[in-house]
Amino acid sequence: MKPLPSTHTHPRSLKQHKKSDDATFRIALAGNPNTGKSTLFNALTGLRQHTGNWPGKTVIHAEGTYSYNGNSYTVIDLPGTYSLFSNSADEEVARDCIIYEKPDVTVVVLDATAMERNMNLALQVLEMADRVVLCINLIDEAKKKGIHINEKRLSKQLGVPVVKTSARNREGLSHLQKVIKEMAYGKINTNPYRIRYSDELEEKISAIEETVLSTFGDRLPSRWVALRLLDGDQSLIDSLQHRIELRRKEVGAHGTDEPLYPVEA
Amino acid sequence: MGPMNPSIPSKRDGLKTLLNQAQALSDDFTRDEVIAQIHQTGKEICHESIRYNDAEKMMRSEKLDRILTSKIWGFPIMLAMLGVVFWITIAGANIPSSMLAELFSWIEGYLTLAFKAIHAPDWLHGVLVLGLYRGLGWVVSVMLPPMAIFFPVFALLENFGYLPRVAFNMDRLFKGAGGHGKQSLTMAMGFGCNAAAIMSTRIIESPRERMMAILTNNFVPCNGRWPTLILLASLFMAAGYTGGAQTLVTASVVMGMVIIGIIVTLAVSWALSKTALKGVPTHYTLELPPYRRPKFWDTILRSTLDKSLFVLKRAIIIAAPAGVITWILANIMVGDMSVLEHVVAFLDPFAKALGLDGFILMAFILGLPANEIVLPILLMGYLSTGAMLEIENLTELKQLFLDHGWTWLTALNMMLFSLLHYPCGTTLVNIYKETKSFKWTFLSFLIPTVLAIGVTFAIAQIARAMGWV
Repeated sequence: MKPLPSTHTHPRSLKQHKKSDDATFRIALAGNPNTGKSTLFNALTGLRQHTGNWPGKTVIHAEGTYSYNGNSYTVIDLPGTYSLFSNSADEEVARDCIIYEKPDVTVVVLDATAMERNMNLALQVLEMADRVVLCINLIDEAKKKGIHINEKRLSKQLGVPVVKTSARNREGLSHLQKVIKEMAYGKINTNPYRIRYSDELEEKISAIEETVLSTFGDRLPSRWVALRLLDGDQSLIDSLQHRIELRRKEVGAHGTDEPLYPVEA
Repeated sequence: MGPMNPSIPSKRDGLKTLLNQAQALSDDFTRDEVIAQIHQTGKEICHESIRYNDAEKMMRSEKLDRILTSKIWGFPIMLAMLGVVFWITIAGANIPSSMLAELFSWIEGYLTLAFKAIHAPDWLHGVLVLGLYRGLGWVVSVMLPPMAIFFPVFALLENFGYLPRVAFNMDRLFKGAGGHGKQSLTMAMGFGCNAAAIMSTRIIESPRERMMAILTNNFVPCNGRWPTLILLASLFMAAGYTGGAQTLVTASVVMGMVIIGIIVTLAVSWALSKTALKGVPTHYTLELPPYRRPKFWDTILRSTLDKSLFVLKRAIIIAAPAGVITWILANIMVGDMSVLEHVVAFLDPFAKALGLDGFILMAFILGLPANEIVLPILLMGYLSTGAMLEIENLTELKQLFLDHGWTWLTALNMMLFSLLHYPCGTTLVNIYKETKSFKWTFLSFLIPTVLAIGVTFAIAQIARAMGWV
């Protein structure tokens, strides 16, 4: 495996002046395997791609760029996963990217012919992030099979924009790019659907969420972290500890202390 | 540098407090509730926003799945399918087997004539014709027809999309045994080849559950062991029946062996999850692909070429030298007995306690490199001890076994030993490569070996004590 390309270091500083016209936005593509996610990635970025490994993992990291209306967008193709419960290195990588790197927009790619299964991942992402776009891909196949998806209604239900595409025919791509741009500029208000659990579990979540907030501030999706901790997600606990440790060293070395939260590795 | 920032350690303490709080509140049902709620919500949302115009067509897979993976019908259908596959295999293999045997016997006559014509020495004729050729003749006639039927039928089921449903059905059992649902997939791979299945355990991410899958994979019979099971079942277990009933009994016995293998897999997994490999199983998503009409001839051709001929080639390549060595050992005399007889005599008392005999145990020991050669070595061992036996039909083969004192107990215990004993050399090498641990590799040798010896010993002792043999 090749070492990580140097370009992987994120242009964090750009975030501060993201509203300027020459800003670069970071877009993450999440989705189940076999949803045409990579086709979409290729269709968006063309040949402007490079691959390497995620830091410390044997998982392929693919990143590409495209320009739209004068802005530059960096697209991260997350590994295809069925869930984000940290079952595998793939899922850990995707999870870490969404909660720690906080992409400007997270696009969840769904297979239009298997919406029910794909919805599981979408619902999980919606619990972790606010700036989410649902991209229903393979819409041409769904049409052939007589599946009709009411995206307006879906969008209302889930509280985030829903875009239909057929990446291999380049259908719906410019619409997707437009929605991504609007969301990146904060022009779209989202209200991501959060699953309501049983009263008993909800009570526990609120209790933990308070401690999460006091420990990490609003840097992490507190409700989601609370839920994962209740579930005993050891992999998440390890990664939180790891990040706090890194932060401690960094602060020890430089003597600076910003508001505390797990830092980017 | 000034005083260390006080908020950093407090941050770590904060996490600790948080974890303690979470641990105190969490229980085993949280995960199940979360997953169930996600699935339920996804379903409801889709129900509202998605319309299926061609509902009939869309639902076909779902309808079929509702039956094939149903809690009530899933297992009976699975067993029935397996039974039908075995039945077709056994019923179909008899005639081509005896035809092949006749063919080899006919050719052998000419080979012997040819050797006489060129005045070849007797020992050469012995090594090449009576040892090598005759052994291989048996292997081909006994192994090829069942394989040529079993693999294509199995491949048809696989291409139809049934195997993921089997994994789905088995998932519940494996979770109950403390293993990972994907273990059933690696187990299904094991029906083909255990060595390949060990590599396939990589699909299980959790090291604990993966180790469990590795340690128990051997308990499903692989390519190399099917012929032994099928042959012995048809020769001995169904002896009292004729015609269709005989085939049916044979198929049931083979299926019984598979079920025993699965039960042992689950039992050993369960025991491991309570001892050396403690922990809670992780969950996963199993994608059930749509059912497809398999490309009939394509599948048959492919599986015949890829699997049947491959296995046969492997058997012949390894069995040929083994056959020669066996014959040589049988013909080098030390004192008044051949080397082979010395070895067999040495193993015999122990083997007898297991309901086997010295030849069988020797065949299993020499068969370590590949299970395919256990039967060939056994046949060559028996053939080399003077019993001149033409390859003509399967009754002759049974007579060979009977001449060496076989009973139904010998056949049953050889089948059980084959099912339960240590993995083949290739599998062990793969286990070491995957685990990088001598300890686990040794355990994966030890657990099956102890089980095989224990089970056959117990059965032999009980059967003898009860006067059944």
